[in-house]
Amino acid sequence: MAMETTTTPEGGPSPTPTPPRRVAAAAPYFLVLPGWLWLAIFFVVPIVSMVTMSLMSGNLVRGFSLTFEFGNYADAVATYWEQILRSLFYGGCATLLCIAIGYPVAYWIAFRGGAYKSTYLLLLLLPFFVSFVLRTISWGFLLADDGVLLGTLKDIGLVPDGTRVLNSAPAVVFGLAYNFLPFMVLPIYAVLERMDHRLVEAARDLYAGRVQAFVRVVLPISLPGVFAGVIMTFIPSSADYINAKVLGGTHNTMIGQVIESQYLVNNAYPMAASITFILMAVLLIGIFSYARALGTEQVMEAQAR
Amino acid sequence: MSSTDLPVSTDTPDPFARTGPAPRRSRRAVDWGKYFTWLVMAWLFAPILFMIAFSFNDVQGRHNVTWQGFTLRWYEDALAYPDLTTALLNSLAIALLTMVIAGVLGSLLGLALGRYRFRGQGTTNLVMFAAISAPEVVLGAALLSLFLTMNVATGFLTILLSHVMFTVSFVAITVRARVLTLDPSLEEAARDLGATPLTTFRLVTLPMLAPAIMAGGLIAFALSIDDYIITSFVSGNVQTFPLWIWGATRVGIPPQVNVMGTLIFAIGVVLAIVNIVLARRRA
Repeated sequence: MAMETTTTPEGGPSPTPTPPRRVAAAAPYFLVLPGWLWLAIFFVVPIVSMVTMSLMSGNLVRGFSLTFEFGNYADAVATYWEQILRSLFYGGCATLLCIAIGYPVAYWIAFRGGAYKSTYLLLLLLPFFVSFVLRTISWGFLLADDGVLLGTLKDIGLVPDGTRVLNSAPAVVFGLAYNFLPFMVLPIYAVLERMDHRLVEAARDLYAGRVQAFVRVVLPISLPGVFAGVIMTFIPSSADYINAKVLGGTHNTMIGQVIESQYLVNNAYPMAASITFILMAVLLIGIFSYARALGTEQVMEAQAR
Repeated sequence: MSSTDLPVSTDTPDPFARTGPAPRRSRRAVDWGKYFTWLVMAWLFAPILFMIAFSFNDVQGRHNVTWQGFTLRWYEDALAYPDLTTALLNSLAIALLTMVIAGVLGSLLGLALGRYRFRGQGTTNLVMFAAISAPEVVLGAALLSLFLTMNVATGFLTILLSHVMFTVSFVAITVRARVLTLDPSLEEAARDLGATPLTTFRLVTLPMLAPAIMAGGLIAFALSIDDYIITSFVSGNVQTFPLWIWGATRVGIPPQVNVMGTLIFAIGVVLAIVNIVLARRRA
């Protein structure tokens, strides 16, 4: 291919004769163009369109017009601050739970998995061949008051008769952690797997204790993986509402449910758009400051594996 | 699986125990990490096992949470709901088309990003990163805003356009990661032997990228067939498999859903096993 001149670091002399410079320089643009256009038309333009819509006023019958109605944002915050905060709280709890559960699993597979490493990873991913919605509903059925799990425990008298798990905040948080756990395990695993395990041996030889070797060697190396995992679990779990609907009942609604019903049931598009924009802003500001501190490249690389 | 040799290894003395200068770690009798991992696996599989078991449940009503006996009748009339079958076919068609379109666009993007330095590269990376990080409900709402503003009727086509949008970056970063690990000397060798750029690409670069392109395409397929949130915003009256299941929760899920879920899971397991066998043979 004709990329010799562009990839040679610091413009070192290229030994082979290169095709005309103009073609070589244009090649990446031809490659990027189709995908870039698709993302521009169906990602960038929709976001702009959503922001525009959030500043409109009117209703479905009379139509909507752009009046720079910033009051939509004030209304959205005033009406739905509770759901917004609850979503961030549930998402945060689920993310912490994912770290607490996912880190030891990733660590054990990477360091002790031996010849079965890929088998363990496959087992971890296998449940995800089943549709997200169906998996969540199955999990809900399993936890039902008279269901297989709770019903059996009640029958043998391990838990009192009136115990309920469904329709509670912990049910939602555990449901979120259940659904997004692999997104935490995989990036952490990828980093731990690639690290030179002799570093731990070296630390031990230098009289570091087991804990010290972990805190001062393994943990710092694995941090990019943890950050990637946080992004991959915190965003989708804060914005998810399937778990809240199936496992949370009416008292644990999340902001996604509000957005969905405002768009698809009430047709209150400007209001819906402003809530969505607030959610996106809150999540993305946090994430971008994270990514900036670490470099997006590194985080995306960890995500890719 | 390796539990049988564990007691043996605890008895064997560590061969490096006396030669090492530092005190070696004492061998733990119990590998807690192993049990923890297995416990987590059990948690992950519990709903799946429930689904498989209850696809054989001889349930009478629609409240399918207690075991009432074994039956095969749900498998016999798996296709009893024509709209469920249609929804499944829609999902498959959209996922296949998404896999092909996002596979091609994403591979080109990944190739360009991994190989060249060009103006706008940072912006492209940023847009891809944002598209991956943006919550699904935001993507769905934004796309619906666009389609409403443009007066585009939502349906099969808008689902497809949306699915390609949210999967293309995943393909691109998968391919880019592979491009970055390629050995440029192989392509140089091809050129030195007189191959044209196109021939080099076809005979050297493309075969080396093929596994990543395949993996990216499969990720796109899996994301597409599984998506509920974005699809629910841009689907109009078209049903996909997740949308149909969700709609059915209001009236009670028919046991056929467990059957279809079990069959899809079984296909996934078979594909995974084939993949492992092929990988073993290659290695």
